[in-house]
Amino acid sequence: MAEDLTIVIVEQDKERAHAIVDSLRSSGNMNIHILSGQSRLARSVAELNPDVVLIDVANPSRDTIEQLALASGPLDRPVALFVDRSDGQMTQAAIEAGMSAYVVDGLQSDRIKPIMDAAIARFHMVRRMRTELETTKRALEERKIIDRAKGLLMKLRGLSEEEAYALLRKTAMDQGKRVPDVASALVTASELLS
Amino acid sequence: MKRIPIDAGFIPLVDAAPLIVAYEMGFAGEEGIDLRLRKAPSWSTLRDMLVFGQIQAAHMLSPLPVASALGLLRGLPRLNALMVTSLNGTVIGLSSDVAETLKQAGFGFDFTDAVAAGEAIKSLPRPLRIGVPFLMSMHTELVTLWLASLGMTETTDYSIHAIPPQIMAQAVGNDELDLFCVGEPWGSVVVDNAQGALLLPGSAIWSAAPEKVLATSQDWADENPETTNRLMRAVWRASKWLSKPDSATMTAEILRQSQYLNVSAEILDRSLKGRLTINAQGDTRTVPNFIEFHNDAATFPWKSQAAWIGERLAERYHVDGNGAPGTQTVFRSDLYRQALGPIGANLPAASLKVEGALNAPSEVEAIDGSMILGANHFFDGSIYDPDQEK
Repeated sequence: MAEDLTIVIVEQDKERAHAIVDSLRSSGNMNIHILSGQSRLARSVAELNPDVVLIDVANPSRDTIEQLALASGPLDRPVALFVDRSDGQMTQAAIEAGMSAYVVDGLQSDRIKPIMDAAIARFHMVRRMRTELETTKRALEERKIIDRAKGLLMKLRGLSEEEAYALLRKTAMDQGKRVPDVASALVTASELLS
Repeated sequence: MKRIPIDAGFIPLVDAAPLIVAYEMGFAGEEGIDLRLRKAPSWSTLRDMLVFGQIQAAHMLSPLPVASALGLLRGLPRLNALMVTSLNGTVIGLSSDVAETLKQAGFGFDFTDAVAAGEAIKSLPRPLRIGVPFLMSMHTELVTLWLASLGMTETTDYSIHAIPPQIMAQAVGNDELDLFCVGEPWGSVVVDNAQGALLLPGSAIWSAAPEKVLATSQDWADENPETTNRLMRAVWRASKWLSKPDSATMTAEILRQSQYLNVSAEILDRSLKGRLTINAQGDTRTVPNFIEFHNDAATFPWKSQAAWIGERLAERYHVDGNGAPGTQTVFRSDLYRQALGPIGANLPAASLKVEGALNAPSEVEAIDGSMILGANHFFDGSIYDPDQEK
């Protein structure tokens, strides 16, 4: 029976880190540590001496982790991502999920695969949720600014709401811009002039 | 005509300017390229984006293509340097504590003399903790070359730590580092946060160090010759524009935007104009040619540069530098001649030169008469002749 794996997750977002922990636990017993800070990252990882480090591809500290993974010389260990470079599909999947993994010791591919699969799935889900949230937020903000621009046009030019929106849309089309951008320019200009 | 899309990645640094200017000033558009820039969070991620085809071109550390030829990127395909996009542009700095120690000892901080600066740091307690952005980088090569000349060896006398450029100031402030070497503007950011002081420009160690290159995978360059030519022409024209003294102010205004560096234009001005503030007291030092984007054949990918880098990497990573055929050929002087000769780039007669042998700008033989090469000397007067090394 193999010993439990030690896994380090480098992630600042607490919720996201816990989501990954949950998904990993479901694929077997392991010791999981979460490191959230950028400072003293190298030393903390070295002290924990993990088998696998999981880090978001978008985290700048990835270069620090890569150095640790390569500490004994680049020819002894995989440079990036996974135990078995021939497993291109898994590598590609991880990159798309925004995750990179460094296997700090010569782990076998069949032990790592379920962990990666679970983590990749979770990364995808968290990322999708984040994108949806951002899109909704932006849409709401844009609607607010269009309303303000409409209000300005109605007041200053005596237009109806529909006419005001039509004018915004026409201007946007003529200038090759988006309606929210035109609305935002109008609101900014009116703030400067008032 | 339909424009050819190219996704290109960069790391937020002043020396990413050639790619950014190629887009912002329309040089890419003029070549029929729809250049889509993507800011990468780290060098390893930028490398992977390039290798796995998420981008086709990148602003890249000059040693990486050479490392790919030496087999140091284990299994990753070969990368090429189409052209050099900047010489120098880095700084070596100290934590506030170390700077204070040197000052107490009477060190003058002339920001020029690497030998004197070396003597000064020799007296510091060891091992020194040194931060660089990435292990396979010109930063590492310059720092280790300099420390070796002081009789210092890795592990006993110093340790090297990979710290992302944007986080360098934080690491210095947290007392994780004694020394650091980083590309601008991140050294100036350390100074502005009152976390450290600048000791030397990278150019004080090697006045003509090829710092960044325009990189693609070799397969992509070979399979897309016409697109490669266009991309090289766009970036070359951008570098020419960057070399005009009038361009510095506008360059700072472009780079300061949040989608690029997101740092104040004033900080960017310092490196672009070669006038750096070296400590929190506001002392300034002027460095001619602090960063060179274009003049004096700066963009030519010399095979001797690749050979120098290859030899250094082979030594540090204990691999056989001569065992990898064609280490030098990853610096594509052949493509450079082909793409840029027709639009007026000066082409040297030879693609190899003796590195370190020019104390001042000098005239050399070119395909078309003669041309000027910039000063090229090492701090210790050493000379690297690639023909002698075989």
